[in-house]
Amino acid sequence: MAHAIFFYIFSTIAIISAIMVTVSKNTVHSVFFLILDFISISCLFIMIGAEFLGMIMLIVYVGAVAVLFLFVVMMLNVAQQKNQWFGSKNSSKHIPVGLIISIIIFFEIIIVISGWKYKPDLFDINNSITQVSISNTHSLGQILYTDYIHVFQISGMILLVAMVGSIVLTFRKRSGLKRQSYVSQISRERSEGVEVLEVERNKGVKIDD
Amino acid sequence: MIEIALGHYLTLGAIIFSIGVIGIFLNRKNIIVILMSIELILLAVNINLVSFSIFLGDLAGQVFTLFILTVAAAEAAIGLAIIVVYFRNSGTIRVEEIDKLKG
Repeated sequence: MAHAIFFYIFSTIAIISAIMVTVSKNTVHSVFFLILDFISISCLFIMIGAEFLGMIMLIVYVGAVAVLFLFVVMMLNVAQQKNQWFGSKNSSKHIPVGLIISIIIFFEIIIVISGWKYKPDLFDINNSITQVSISNTHSLGQILYTDYIHVFQISGMILLVAMVGSIVLTFRKRSGLKRQSYVSQISRERSEGVEVLEVERNKGVKIDD
Repeated sequence: MIEIALGHYLTLGAIIFSIGVIGIFLNRKNIIVILMSIELILLAVNINLVSFSIFLGDLAGQVFTLFILTVAAAEAAIGLAIIVVYFRNSGTIRVEEIDKLKG
């Protein structure tokens, strides 16, 4: 009973905030609703027993990805661009087609998930290790670092490539910036650094003309 | 209705997936909202995987959810970097003004 109540509360919040992500006029509000969506879905995950994934979703999405979105919205200063939906003077021709296609996709998924049964021999897989004695995090770690170790390593490589790629993409060499160059400092010689002048009386020397 | 089964979670995933697809098709504002819709779609996939994993008692679904999370984070970082570079070069990220590849 409590499970049902909390499921309906969290899923209603998740659906409403997902709608608000797509329709809200301000991009910053969209990011806030995205954060709310992730938080309620991670509450659902924690509720049905996937605690580790719920916490990881909080850390990764709310702590990293959503803040990244906020940073980019702030940097690009696009928060004031108004959304153009139905009724605006140059409203797009894609809107009815997109709506129809999305609704068709939704009903296809609903048809698929309402008419299926479990395969009878599904439950005696060797992979099912949901023991009562160990926690969800413990059992995830037991198979993540043994059976799925190669996939785990590859996902680490993906993160590394993403990090290097985004740094390379956004790196910009600025002109007119004075930087220290060790090579030119070390390879200086006396002939180009020091000049001995004969100074005439009452004239002085002009430096750096 | 009171008993929450696998079908409820799958329906929730289907609804959020469709909202994400609607957001991609209908967005007229900027590309950042399209990236957020892609995050919504990945979230719906995660809901499906986790609920199947819980209700079938098989942990492989949760492991793959972890990997989807990784890929989603990498994709968001790369996508936002591309958006920043594009904005720096052309000064706009409005969807209808990005038509350089129209041919």
